[in-house]
Amino acid sequence: MYPYKKITVVTGHYGSGKTNYTTALALELAKTGQPVTVADFDLVNPYFRTADFKDAFAQRGITLRAPDYANTNVDIPSVQFDLGGLAAEPGYLLIDVGGDDDGAVALGRYAHVLNSYAETGELDMLAVVSFRRYLTRTAAETEQYLRSIEKASRMRLTGIVNNTNLGPETTTEMILESMPECLALSKHMQLPIICVTAPDFVPAPSIPEHTVMQVPVAVHLPWIPAVL
Amino acid sequence: MEKVLMKGNEALAEAAIRAGCKCFFGYPITPQTELSEYLSKQMPKRGGVFLQAESEVAAINMVLGAAATGTRVMTSSSSPGVSLKSEGISYIAGSDVPALIINVQRGGPGLGGIQPSQADYWQATKGLGHGDFHLIILAPNSVQEVVNLVSKAFELGETYRTPVMLLSDGLLGQMMEPVAFPDIQANEADKSGWAADGTKMARPHHIVNSLYIEANDLEEIVRRRYERYAKIEETETMAECYLTDDAEIVVTAFGATSRIVKSAVNKARAEGIKVGMFRPITLWPFPKKELNTACANAKAVLSVEMSMGQMIDDVKLALNCKLPVSFYGRTGGVIPTPNEVLDEIRKLNGGAQ
Repeated sequence: MYPYKKITVVTGHYGSGKTNYTTALALELAKTGQPVTVADFDLVNPYFRTADFKDAFAQRGITLRAPDYANTNVDIPSVQFDLGGLAAEPGYLLIDVGGDDDGAVALGRYAHVLNSYAETGELDMLAVVSFRRYLTRTAAETEQYLRSIEKASRMRLTGIVNNTNLGPETTTEMILESMPECLALSKHMQLPIICVTAPDFVPAPSIPEHTVMQVPVAVHLPWIPAVL
Repeated sequence: MEKVLMKGNEALAEAAIRAGCKCFFGYPITPQTELSEYLSKQMPKRGGVFLQAESEVAAINMVLGAAATGTRVMTSSSSPGVSLKSEGISYIAGSDVPALIINVQRGGPGLGGIQPSQADYWQATKGLGHGDFHLIILAPNSVQEVVNLVSKAFELGETYRTPVMLLSDGLLGQMMEPVAFPDIQANEADKSGWAADGTKMARPHHIVNSLYIEANDLEEIVRRRYERYAKIEETETMAECYLTDDAEIVVTAFGATSRIVKSAVNKARAEGIKVGMFRPITLWPFPKKELNTACANAKAVLSVEMSMGQMIDDVKLALNCKLPVSFYGRTGGVIPTPNEVLDEIRKLNGGAQ
């Protein structure tokens, strides 16, 4: 496994799979025995968010911090916890940020605190990318989104997670086919590919020199049985 | 085209652009916001107009104006916003101009909530504005079907010179699914006989209006409109039948709820219960004949909805007292689970034995 830092900020185009990746990573890190806190910092999405996994996290000893009004009818972007305070606590902190630059604006509020962790090498800001997502089909299209996220958050990305997927229709071949674009993005933005994900219902692709992380598909539609 | 992953709201917006929609007028509201946001970014790049109006009332009247010129136009909102638009929708119907209206439904009444709902069925099919009129109502149940029905909606509206509503819901709008965009032929009807697009000093004025001075004239125009409605009812119904051939229990559902019902039907079939699902795709005109055919072997019918029971009225009317019709629903933004529906199917199966 990639040596995850104390703080991992998860960003990307909305719909690229940030929430599923954050959830899968939280489960992995919990296995180390270290305390793990997940911050649902999505202020733009009304449903399908990390706060959906409250019970699954509680069962595994993972602490969830989410806006008090997540999944309620209060349609107001507000946060009642302090990211700076959470960052100072021991253990891993995963921050699931809302999609696009709109979602990343809120992160900018904490840029001065979080950037100090980045300077000491205790923070990664990862871009979750999916080349099967409309409007991020290529490295060039994806880079536009990632640059706008960096600008809005006033933080710099440190790595890429290739989470290319087509929901339940994801195949191993599809993931392999996405690698040339991902490598082009990595080269052009000078960011390392931290890992390539594959949903656990397909065989893991073998990609030389890259870590493949098999992930449970936690984010699901109401008629698909929950896996967590 | 290769499949991509898209949210229902953005897929709808993209499909509208590809279907030749040239103007969008709207006002933001959850859970339809991604739809107008997508159009705000894409329309200016692709030869269209996006305009955020000062209110829903203003937006729908801009739609009427653009529609009167024969321009492909749409608006979108969620439940409370659609109520505000209802006066303008009545004017559009009364003016015999085509327009596409999207409702990504949320819980109500009043301000209600932002979670998914289907409680605007009555409003859409029976009372979206004052006066004698109908809208064609299309109710897709997947992101792919949303895409497929958008160009159809524009075409139907132009063929019959009527407003068309695509009735979505928060779940369908917010969820992501694989989707492919078919090559859309944006077939536009001939609008030269009525569009107020400039006489070029070569023809008499085209007047787009819903006011008639004489009662007899208004009656005549309404009657002619109803002749078109009769033709729509005869030729434009759409429905999906799932495992209904031998079904002793038929569950009716539309939109996203039908996905939950299909899952429950599959579970019940695994238990040996002869159950199927009937899904109207056009809510008006309601596919009455198709429902009766689907219920040929049925002993009981169950309507499942995200409301307190609204479509059940049309199901009963269509069946004309031939079969007992019961109801199961959740409302206020609560989504029924496949197991809840399965329990209802089991109860009906026990009762039938």
